[in-house]
Amino acid sequence: MGVIEGRYGPNIVITSLDKVFNWSRSRSMWPITFGLACCAIEMMATSASRFDLDRLGIFFRPTPRQSDVMLVSGTVTIKMAERIKRLYEQMPEPKYVISMGSCANSGGPYWEYGYHVVKGVDLIIPVDVYVPGCPPRPEALIDGFLQLRNKIERDTLAKKA
Amino acid sequence: MNIEEIYRLLKERLPYAEFELTDIKPIPILSISGNFLLPVAEYLRDNVDFAFDSLMCLSGLQLGEELAAVYHLYSNKHNHKVTMRVKAGTEDKSIPSLAAVWLAAEWHEREAFDMFGIRFDGHPDLRRILCPDDWEGHPLRKDYKPPLFWHEIPVTVDVSN
Repeated sequence: MGVIEGRYGPNIVITSLDKVFNWSRSRSMWPITFGLACCAIEMMATSASRFDLDRLGIFFRPTPRQSDVMLVSGTVTIKMAERIKRLYEQMPEPKYVISMGSCANSGGPYWEYGYHVVKGVDLIIPVDVYVPGCPPRPEALIDGFLQLRNKIERDTLAKKA
Repeated sequence: MNIEEIYRLLKERLPYAEFELTDIKPIPILSISGNFLLPVAEYLRDNVDFAFDSLMCLSGLQLGEELAAVYHLYSNKHNHKVTMRVKAGTEDKSIPSLAAVWLAAEWHEREAFDMFGIRFDGHPDLRRILCPDDWEGHPLRKDYKPPLFWHEIPVTVDVSN
């Protein structure tokens, strides 16, 4: 750092590309507007004024083309699973998935006898963060986003050896 | 009128119809043969003494090997209710459709068809209403086994361990 420091004048910051990209990605995680069941009510409460996801740079986008995060909030029925997969495929890279609540994590109460529920959304699409709860409180969902932020900050553009 | 009075009056006025009062607890049920369902339903709706103008609920039911449909009727005029039960034919699993008598029956009959496989004769559009169109089997039957996969989406998982 000693050689580069101060060489290009004021207002020039030297950093790595990874840090800039990860900083911008982790500070604007835009989820797709998409709710499946009662977890979606908690998701809406989290984005409303009391818990206020906006202060973390999290805005819900109306189209998968503008979204970075897919928040699977609720019971994934087999009828919906096809749509979820399609929405996930429509999202541009890099994309992340938060599985919210017991139903999306593992099928929840429909684990053994549900003929209509996918036993965990991770059977359909890859999941980054699992938020347990039935439904999770807004604090838990915010913690899920913060965990995802930590995960994004560890990303690198370099090819893994 | 309570259901005993309705039963007595019906017995007087429609002696040809085969019906009886069964299942006294928890609520008495008017069991009717499917052959007389349509005229009895029309009579219950149109006669001023009964005036059952509302079909509150229609559900499918499995009684051992037999299938049945349960109708909850309500009269806004007299504020009285009656519960009817019709057993489906053992061979063709069919019951006459009441969609022409109460419009509310249309979607309820589709649901009973979807879940139990009861054929409603004379229904205008007897398709599945909840399960996907190409779903196999009727999920609320006692002997139902869900498929392993549907459109490459896993439906059942091994829960033995």
